[in-house]
Amino acid sequence: MIRKHPKTLLVIVAEAVLEKNLVRDVRERGAQGWTVTEVHHAGREGVREGAWEADRTIELKVICEEAVADAIAEHVLQAYAPNYSVAMWFSSVAVLRPERY
Amino acid sequence: MIDVVVLFFLLGVVARLVKSDLRLPEALYETLSIYLLLAIGLKGGIELSRQPIAALAPQVAACVALGFAIPFLLFPVLRALRLGGADAAALAAHYGSVSVVTFAVATAALARAGIPYESHAALWVAVMEAPGLVAGILLARAAARREAAGGVGRGTHWGELARDVLFGKSVLLLLGGLAIGAFAGEAGTEPIRAVFIDPFKGVLALFLLELGLVAGARLKEVRRFGSAVLVVGLAAPPVLALAGAAVGLLLGLSTGGVAILATLAASASYIAAPTAMRIAVPEANAALSITAALGVTFPFNIVVGIPLYIELARRLTA
Repeated sequence: MIRKHPKTLLVIVAEAVLEKNLVRDVRERGAQGWTVTEVHHAGREGVREGAWEADRTIELKVICEEAVADAIAEHVLQAYAPNYSVAMWFSSVAVLRPERY
Repeated sequence: MIDVVVLFFLLGVVARLVKSDLRLPEALYETLSIYLLLAIGLKGGIELSRQPIAALAPQVAACVALGFAIPFLLFPVLRALRLGGADAAALAAHYGSVSVVTFAVATAALARAGIPYESHAALWVAVMEAPGLVAGILLARAAARREAAGGVGRGTHWGELARDVLFGKSVLLLLGGLAIGAFAGEAGTEPIRAVFIDPFKGVLALFLLELGLVAGARLKEVRRFGSAVLVVGLAAPPVLALAGAAVGLLLGLSTGGVAILATLAASASYIAAPTAMRIAVPEANAALSITAALGVTFPFNIVVGIPLYIELARRLTA
């Protein structure tokens, strides 16, 4: 069986306007890579259909060490969650080349 | 008679209200908006190539001042309507900045009525985008300091903001189109005329269909925010149009030019402003601003406002 290594996947769904900031924050806290996709989103703040520029939502995925994911999430909660529509969750994942994450 | 492009907008609103599944792909929306911004810039640029740029300095300065002043005029009124400091500042910034599509509809209406206007008017649009946003942010900061509610202690990253606004797609494409048009001139742009100049109105119609869908969705939100949004969205444009017309008269613009400046003053931004305000004034309610700007003011301006402003300009310059 191929050897797997445990890592943490942090998914952040947030207003697209935050993309630049989030990518900067994620890098600063030690993540080596990330994936961003455009999504539609609904939550307590209402429906965001991405119908025009300011209505867009992104999903940012980061696979990293648990401590890094925690630090990112803590920062996002403190810096953006009070005023922006943000959803986050963690999951445990297995990767093949641990040095990449 | 109502302009044909406005009918497309109304079709979009109706489609949304009857819950049709009609939706333009996001990529098309993006393409159309890039096209419109570039085409408007190009058209203005071609005209710029025919006249001395220095002579336009007073117009540019007046447009910047007008855009900057509007939020300061609006802010106390919004506060009196019991909006919070951040909400009032962000909403005022939307009105200080301008709507490029409202401008495009106004030029189409003028062309149809056979009223000439300064054909470099796209330059006014380009320089009026940012000053209102800066004024809105200053107002929000001042309000936060006064309220000292805590939590809003962070400063504004002006450098980052300047880059986002000046190099954001609307200003970049407008100024880029103006520069290309001015550089290439009438002869140089001849080969791309068939794409950027001739089909303009058809593309505008398609874009307005999409905006009708978006505005239709916001229309339902109006109830959520109550009468303040309705009052602001309907009353602010005609009053601000008077201020715009006054500046136009002072500058000695043509009838069409006065109508355009009135329209620009009356219009509210829904591309640059929401994004800039989201970053600079995150504590403001974004849905409130966009509902007023796109759900109330934009439909009002293109259906009722523009004919009104043209009539106003006619009487003032008669």
